[in-house]
Amino acid sequence: MSVRLKDLPTEELLHKGNLACAGCPEMIGFRHVLRALGPETIVINATGCLAVITQMGVPLVPHFHVLFENAPAVVSGIDDALRVQGRREGVNLLVVAGDGGTADIGLGSLSGAIERGQDFIYVCFDNEMYMNTGGQRSGTTPYLARTTTTPVGVESRGEPRTEMRRKDMVEIAVAHGIPYAASASIGYPLDLVERVEKAARVRGPTYIHVHSPCPTGWGMEPSKTVEAAQLAVKTGCVVLYEVEEGKRRVTRPVARRAPVEEYLKLQARFRHVVADPAALAEVQRGVDERHAAILARMA
Amino acid sequence: MTTEFWNGNRAAAEAARQARVEVVAAYPITPQTHTVEYLSEYVAAGRLNARLVRVESEHSALSACCGASAVGARTFTASCSQGLQLMSEVLYFASGMRFPIVMAIANRTLSVPVSIWADHQDTLVNRDCGWIQLYAASVQEVYDLVLMAFRTAEDPRVVLPAMVAYDGFILSHASEPVETLSDEVVKDLLPPAPPHLRPLLDTKDPKQLGEVLFPDFYPDIEYKKHRALEESLAVLGEAFEDFRSRTGRRLSAVETHGCADAEIVIVGLGSMMQTARHAATRLRAEGMKVGVAQVRVYRPFPERELARAVAGARTVLVLDRDIGYGSAGMVYPDVTRALYHAPSRPDVLNFIVGTGGKDITPKTIERCVELGRGGYRGMSVFWPDARGPAEGIPYTPGVKACPCG
Ligand SMILES: Cc1ncc(C[n+]2csc(CCOP(=O)(O)OP(=O)(O)O)c2C)c(N)n1
Ligand code: SF4
Repeated sequence: MSVRLKDLPTEELLHKGNLACAGCPEMIGFRHVLRALGPETIVINATGCLAVITQMGVPLVPHFHVLFENAPAVVSGIDDALRVQGRREGVNLLVVAGDGGTADIGLGSLSGAIERGQDFIYVCFDNEMYMNTGGQRSGTTPYLARTTTTPVGVESRGEPRTEMRRKDMVEIAVAHGIPYAASASIGYPLDLVERVEKAARVRGPTYIHVHSPCPTGWGMEPSKTVEAAQLAVKTGCVVLYEVEEGKRRVTRPVARRAPVEEYLKLQARFRHVVADPAALAEVQRGVDERHAAILARMA
Repeated sequence: MTTEFWNGNRAAAEAARQARVEVVAAYPITPQTHTVEYLSEYVAAGRLNARLVRVESEHSALSACCGASAVGARTFTASCSQGLQLMSEVLYFASGMRFPIVMAIANRTLSVPVSIWADHQDTLVNRDCGWIQLYAASVQEVYDLVLMAFRTAEDPRVVLPAMVAYDGFILSHASEPVETLSDEVVKDLLPPAPPHLRPLLDTKDPKQLGEVLFPDFYPDIEYKKHRALEESLAVLGEAFEDFRSRTGRRLSAVETHGCADAEIVIVGLGSMMQTARHAATRLRAEGMKVGVAQVRVYRPFPERELARAVAGARTVLVLDRDIGYGSAGMVYPDVTRALYHAPSRPDVLNFIVGTGGKDITPKTIERCVELGRGGYRGMSVFWPDARGPAEGIPYTPGVKACPCG
């Protein structure tokens, strides 16, 4: 029973106009997430692009920009306080953060909140780098991607850590025995809304990892955000799946994967890879291997 | 009023229970741990209707308190030393957000070298983070000050977080008789969260919190926060007065003993001031006019109260159970600032004592008086505790000066 376009909630919970770059994926994603959750939602926002671009009253729901790494702890306090006061019913507690705030500096705090079984929806917008500080690598930066801290030069070809060892946040959440975790993409908004609606029905922690191609950081035309997001899925760089009480299911199967080159060539951060057949083959192998490993877990 | 035999951690936990805290979030660290264990027991036994957020770090402990505070809950945490340092980022966040969180701290040295014993380094390096800081000299004061902290933090003229510091082991673990108040009296002292503390995060009245503020407006907000902290001194004064009228116990920002006719006044924080009183009594018996001024409210700094307390003295000896490396003890500059414009500006000398938990005995205090009684003679900072080069410990020539052992 998937969400159809005509079922989409129509209430917009963001003011028109914001401080984001043209083509910002986080704004697209945040808009859909809020529409899915509705006005009875309190947003706790870790430091990062989203916290900055929503400043000056962009959200129409309560919005609390906290620190870079403590949003899961803050939401824990809110969750418990509302319970003591008997006011927990009917309110969604939504945490939004970037990949840096989630996979790197905030991982301990998130792990603690999941493990305690706090009731919240955690949405990570993964643009695969620290964009608020200008594009440094993060624990989710893909193999060989150029960032400001993994430049391309005589001694370096971009991000050195291989594809198989990228932090896999969905699996990290699942390893906690989380009741619901999923990957999603801003390129597939109906799927994203469905994941969020599902998470909202769960009592307890839920985690949604939203792939968010960033034109500014990746060196793309702002008009290519959605296309890049869809190509990431079509090439198998991103697999959309959910894990419900431990049961895995691919939510958007891809019958025949396109070559990764189609995805990479949109992005200046991979220019040196696209220009070098050996590097390109290496990246393709890494993606194949990771893809196979994810699908193998579905069985 | 009944008398109990409690240690400092128990006194802090009982006061928090009587304050009817709704959310407690804390992380274990010696010598603070018991406070939260006591509170866990009260919740388990149904004596306290609160939720315990059993967080994975101190950073998260204070963050959870911030979240709870944002929806209008009364919150409490406890920490010290490494844990307090881990919270440091959140300390500023809490005061900037004006969350009236109360934190109990069993002072402990900062590593390394490792020491679990008391000194004031941990709270003093965090003195400028916009929190009220109160220092107890006895277990009774721990109990009283935690109640006063809630009351003042939540006052509409203040709305800032507050720390109550007491020396690890010396006060946290040693038991003393404590005169306790009934739950009813505490309820009168501390009514339920006042209306100005209604939830900031409310879907019926959406607001944006923790926003960016541009430089043009920043000083205005900083000034307001600074003024609110300054103002809390008068609010604390009112709270102390109300407390006295209900309990008969006197509390003040600066507590003086024998200062009226004193030529030498010893100034400092915490339990060592009890020892100082003891030493002063002995020295008086020998004909030396020594007084003691215990600084109980350290932030905001009670400048006028202190100047008044030492008005007649020739020499003021500031005991610091801490060191601002490369400068002097951290309380010292506050005292010198308070006295610089005093009509009869006394000599003010600084003694670094009891760091890393080194015992402060009446002898330590007497040694300070002996070194300082002649007033300023070219040197202002003394380390009577530290062994010099004769014992093979390297020292900084400008700082060490006394023939001590
Ligand atoms: C403790 C701390 N360290 C560093 C920073 C600086 N900082 C702010 S946002 C950010 C990166 C954010 O990256 P990410 O979480 O991936 O979100 P994005 O901006 O890419 O959406 C950094 C390093 C900070 N605010 N706090
Ligand atoms: S840098 Fe990227 S994620 Fe950040 S605001 Fe711009 S487009 Fe959005």
